[in-house]
Amino acid sequence: MTTVLATAASRGMMLCHACGILARAAPHSHDACCPRCGAPLHLRKPDSIARTWALLLTAMICYIPANVLPMMHTSSLFGSESDTIMSGVVYFWTSGEWYLALIIFFASIMVPMLKMISLVLLLVSVQMRSRWQLVQRTKLYRLVEFVGRWSMLDIYVVAIMVALVQLQALATIQPGPGAIAFGAVVVLTMFAAMAFDPRLIWDPVEETNG
Amino acid sequence: MGVERIRTQNPVIACHECDLLQREVALPRGGVARCVRCGAELYRSHPDSFERTLALTAGAIVLFAIANSFPIIGLKLQGQVIQTTLFHTVQTLWNEDMKSVGALVFVTTILMPALELFALTYLLLPLRLGRAPPHFAPVFRILQTVKPWGMVEVLMLGVLVSLVKLAKLAGVVPGIALWSFAALMFVMAAVAAVFDPRELWTRVSAAR
Repeated sequence: MTTVLATAASRGMMLCHACGILARAAPHSHDACCPRCGAPLHLRKPDSIARTWALLLTAMICYIPANVLPMMHTSSLFGSESDTIMSGVVYFWTSGEWYLALIIFFASIMVPMLKMISLVLLLVSVQMRSRWQLVQRTKLYRLVEFVGRWSMLDIYVVAIMVALVQLQALATIQPGPGAIAFGAVVVLTMFAAMAFDPRLIWDPVEETNG
Repeated sequence: MGVERIRTQNPVIACHECDLLQREVALPRGGVARCVRCGAELYRSHPDSFERTLALTAGAIVLFAIANSFPIIGLKLQGQVIQTTLFHTVQTLWNEDMKSVGALVFVTTILMPALELFALTYLLLPLRLGRAPPHFAPVFRILQTVKPWGMVEVLMLGVLVSLVKLAKLAGVVPGIALWSFAALMFVMAAVAAVFDPRELWTRVSAAR
């Protein structure tokens, strides 16, 4: 592939994120629209760093109740118990379904945590205008975007358990407040990843090239 | 606002992940063009992308309808079977005063996949018949926005996990919707793999 070795931004061009064409617009023009599909155009996602930080910090705060508060209350003739995410993992581990324990541990505990750590790393390195490991950091961002949705797993498990074990006299399962906090973490980190603009990773390269 | 579309003989495109300008090249069948600097996938060439997307979308609509009308799983207890559909799950959460969680499940497993399938049909079917649908651009943007929020494959894993959990309480009866959701998961993944927005825009320009 022939390369022009310049960024679109340095030539005053913007990529439409909806339909993928290049458009030229006056620098710093606001409310520019894509000539083909009408989507708003901007050189970089607006206020990318501030928005990502805001969403990320909110997600971090929600991550605490998500892990401490119960996801489900089970009450039966034999008593009642509350399950947090971690106690669910432990339950599967001790009852011999170690593969399920691993899936839930990765999807519900590791993925949100690694996602938040990765976004902090990306934000801090962009704010320091770092030129360290550009390709690897872009790959990290791609991974964060791809993997985030899988954290919804526990929400669906709670939803199905609650719906099925409602109607009978033997036992009832009720959703706990942890489910709300956990859902918020997943949605907020997804929005945070969308608000981040990976092109910011590459912008410091442009400056040194002139 | 002085916005002008760039037109050249050899189209120049920008990488959506690192903003590098590069010239578009013709691809062999099934080839993938990647950004030379960051490795992001820029575009790919699919044989019969348009027809395949339309066919797979039609299949997905049928599966989606079945998946939402029949029970996903049932519990066998004391000689009676308790079953739940996906929508009933949402209703239960809503009534249990977990409106936000119920809404989240509804949006990610019913609303967003439905919107995605509707938008695809709306865009592709008239084009197949040689006409450009009205409001093509806004519907196309809805399609792009909706995509990351449809989570059929995650729901499928969630159903499997709860199957194992529930199997300890009582006999579990897999419902018809379980199989249709499994099939829907693969068909939706195939739609995402063959869908080529570039070809869509070429066809619209030709149809107008």
